[in-house]
Amino acid sequence: MSISVSHISKSYKKVKALENISFDVKPGELFGLIGPDGAGKTTLFRILTTLMLADDGIAKVDNFDVITDYKNIRNCVGYMPGKFSLYQDLTVEENLNFFATIFGTTIEENYDLIKEIYIQIEPFKTRRAGNLSGGMKQKLALCCALIHKPTVLFLDEPTTGVDPVSRKEFWEMLKRLQHKGITILVSTPYMDEASMCDRIALIQEGKILEIDKPELIVKKHLKDIYNIRANDMFLLIQSLKSYKNHYSIYPFGEFVHYTDKNKDFNSTELKKYLETKKLTNIIIEKTTVTIEDAFMELAK
Amino acid sequence: MSTKKVIQVNKLTKNFGDFKAVNNITFDVGKGEVFGFLGANGAGKTTAMKMLIGITTPSSGKANVAGFDVNTHAEDIKKNIGYMSQKFALYDDLTVNENITFFGGIYGLTRKEIKEKSIELLKELNLEDVKNMLVASLPLGWKQKLSFSVSLLHNPKIVFLDEPTGGVDPITRRHFWEMIYKAASSGTTIFVTTHYMDEAEYCDRVSVMVNGKIEALDTPKKLKETYNVKSMDEVFLKLVRK
Repeated sequence: MSISVSHISKSYKKVKALENISFDVKPGELFGLIGPDGAGKTTLFRILTTLMLADDGIAKVDNFDVITDYKNIRNCVGYMPGKFSLYQDLTVEENLNFFATIFGTTIEENYDLIKEIYIQIEPFKTRRAGNLSGGMKQKLALCCALIHKPTVLFLDEPTTGVDPVSRKEFWEMLKRLQHKGITILVSTPYMDEASMCDRIALIQEGKILEIDKPELIVKKHLKDIYNIRANDMFLLIQSLKSYKNHYSIYPFGEFVHYTDKNKDFNSTELKKYLETKKLTNIIIEKTTVTIEDAFMELAK
Repeated sequence: MSTKKVIQVNKLTKNFGDFKAVNNITFDVGKGEVFGFLGANGAGKTTAMKMLIGITTPSSGKANVAGFDVNTHAEDIKKNIGYMSQKFALYDDLTVNENITFFGGIYGLTRKEIKEKSIELLKELNLEDVKNMLVASLPLGWKQKLSFSVSLLHNPKIVFLDEPTGGVDPITRRHFWEMIYKAASSGTTIFVTTHYMDEAEYCDRVSVMVNGKIEALDTPKKLKETYNVKSMDEVFLKLVRK
């Protein structure tokens, strides 16, 4: 196993940041930790990168123990923290050179690995890191995390606050790195990114809700979900909430995702009910389950 | 939604040296409308928003917000709008109650009004039990809901929300949007930026900024028809990646 986490717990005073977390990441796997702020993702990253000690449990990275073999781990992993942590007053090239030197290597030696990403920021190589745009900072940080050719790459919320186009490009980059044999553990609060991972762990409030392939997590979701739309969204939500058979109601893009208490859901009856609430243009249709639906059901 | 315009923007431009951060944008937002203001990182959204809330002066062009001219009456705009962002919302080292009192005072409410509003607000958000706790100790989702309510304390005509739901868990994110619908249905105009494309679908109309210009503006439904795609995500990709 590239990463093995066994019964890890960590508390900050009264707050339980991680509660008995266990999972494995296979060599070459792209594994996603999906969960909102406060789920414990960063704490887990800090424990695995040997920057913090767990209260309980065992964790190994590349078969090295995070406590007894921490020095070996520091040499073989790459870590990109959620907060931009490069030297703002060094240039792009200086930052990269600095990290290469720290790890006893040179930019030239592993240039192949970063080439594709680095050529996008190379025109700005004499610019100070502090003056880069968000997207460029992120690319530079990734280059710095890769320059010593790590076997395992830790990326803590690399796409948070990034627009959808840049997010897509970033995930395409990760896929290519994965094909070069690097194991990747990546966290994100964006549920739609789950499908880019081989396997994911859904995490909330320090607990893992589910671990599996994204398509299997969706399959395990048993309830049928219906898209409902009408002329007035606010009135529609209020009306559905007072409907006797409702189980869950969540706004979902242009629709409301609705699940019913009963197995044999009667859409005609619901439509009639909504019409009595003076709603018009009502559409009710079955839809496919997404990771976000599964997450909300598990977190309910 | 009525036809009354509460934001009217005409050829608004902001230059930083040779760089046109906002390049000649023109649009209107109606009373009670939920208006999504989208764009890639660095497209000029923040600069445009700063001009609309009266904290950055335009290089050229005009904008009228809540009945006041951004060039001449920026201070009046500030009194008539609410603002919240993911970065700046509430004071972490004040309690829930203290934050409400503080912002109520800033917005010019009387002591009596603040008292009434706090009781109402704490009840509605189910925060009565934690009213004396520091805001720092609340989960992010609670903070964001509280922050939104605080931005509405003075019954503003328009609320500007800058990525209000980033990182918030999916269930709370939806509660948040229910609050937005509620405010809009009572006539408050909502001007919101987001990177969640499903949230773009919640908006009555959406604009997409690319390199300082508004490249598209319409209802999510019309935009999807125009670009012949199924989701706002794809609309965004087509516009930004072309």
